[in-house]
Amino acid sequence: MTSESPPNTEQGAASKWREPPSDLPFFAGLGILAAFYVLLITAMLAADVSFAAAEWRKALASLLTEEIKYAIWLSLISCSITTVLSLWVATPVGYLMSRTNFPGKTLVDAILDIPIFLPPLVIGLSLLILFRQTPLRYLDDRFPIALHIPAVIIAQFSVASAFAVRTLRTTFDEISPRREQVALTLGCSRSQAFWLVVLPESWRGLLTAATLAWARSLGEFGPILVFAGSTRTKTEVLPVSVHLELSIGNIEGAVGISLLMVVVALIVLVVVRLLAGSERVARS
Amino acid sequence: MIETRNLVVRNGEFTVQDANLRIAGGKYGVLMGKTGSGKTTLLEAICGLKRVVSGSIIVGEREVATLKPGARGIGLVPQDGALFPMLTVKEHLEFALRVRGWSSADQHRRVDELSTLLQIESLLKRKPHQLSGGERQRVALGRALSFRPATLCLDEPLSALDDDTRHEMVELLKRVQRETGVTALHVTHNRSEAETLADIKLHIVAGEVMQVEKFPAPHIPLAP
Repeated sequence: MTSESPPNTEQGAASKWREPPSDLPFFAGLGILAAFYVLLITAMLAADVSFAAAEWRKALASLLTEEIKYAIWLSLISCSITTVLSLWVATPVGYLMSRTNFPGKTLVDAILDIPIFLPPLVIGLSLLILFRQTPLRYLDDRFPIALHIPAVIIAQFSVASAFAVRTLRTTFDEISPRREQVALTLGCSRSQAFWLVVLPESWRGLLTAATLAWARSLGEFGPILVFAGSTRTKTEVLPVSVHLELSIGNIEGAVGISLLMVVVALIVLVVVRLLAGSERVARS
Repeated sequence: MIETRNLVVRNGEFTVQDANLRIAGGKYGVLMGKTGSGKTTLLEAICGLKRVVSGSIIVGEREVATLKPGARGIGLVPQDGALFPMLTVKEHLEFALRVRGWSSADQHRRVDELSTLLQIESLLKRKPHQLSGGERQRVALGRALSFRPATLCLDEPLSALDDDTRHEMVELLKRVQRETGVTALHVTHNRSEAETLADIKLHIVAGEVMQVEKFPAPHIPLAP
């Protein structure tokens, strides 16, 4: 009998019921790759901490200067304003893209992704050129925007809202339209169905979008550098501070400010995870 | 009464062609058909959730084909209940009443009536994730009946339930329909459900309503 037709032999039966290969190599491979990336992240943070710990007096002194205090406040305020603006725009855009079909939707979808793919410096340069052209030039001449604080917020908003739109579109995609339809039969208009049914259900997506927008804004550097400039105690946000400290050779100061940003980002991340997690636990 | 005359509804590539059906006021109509036969499309068109290409839909004495879903006076019970995850059971029963501007005293009275009718008094403070499958469908039924519609559309409301719960719900549906006098259109592919509930039985095959059988109404024995 050939090896291709073994069904009645004992050997054939044994090969038919052979145990599948072990899963160990698969999970070991996954584990090694995951561990490599997690270690890279933690090692970077640990290096910052150990560097700042060795030079903690200088790092701390940098954080206590008037310029950095200003940068901290400007960062916190501008990021918060940007987050509100981003959600305000991203919620309707995300809903529209999720629930409606219209001619040119694919093109609009691609345009909405441009800020994610465009190099940050190019976004800053594009904003600068845009605000030097009519009609925005007239606005800029009367109410200074470019190279002033509004430019910081516009630069942050241009990038952050693209991430918020993407997040909220996915959120709305995942919410079944069936509940909205039921709300319509119960007497709601489309607007009422959105406010009373869709929006409360999408709170976790809104929270994620807000966190992402806030974190992106906090770390935004390229567009701000070009469009808002890097003038101390004027358009200086924390990433600009890191750049300025590095440019004058104060590495300890730059690391101190970086660690401050890491701590703030971690606090936001943990608070959001706790909020989202507590609801998930309650549901399960 | 629910009546469609030469109704044409398109759902992507699929078309419900010249659907004619009639369920007299206060009767329980069951629309049967295989998956993909167009029964849900037809139901959605009657509820106003799918645009009609041509033909007419009469609910009560009104032509409703061009009206918004909320103006048609139809309560909808979807397949999975489609409850609102952030609202309690009580808030579900109040939802339509609030949207329609009922006074809080009237809302309170209606919630009492519905919770007694559907035996969900003890569930009023719970949220959907704290309910069993049968309880969810009771709440979905209560929400659909809350604003006293004359017509009720049910889209495979029992398909996700186990046999015991399904039997309970069949009895409940029959009782509620008799007590409220609502005209019902119930979509299902379950034959025993149809036999037990239907005053009027309709078949839909490949988008065409094929057959209308009339059962001797109104005394239909419940399944054992």
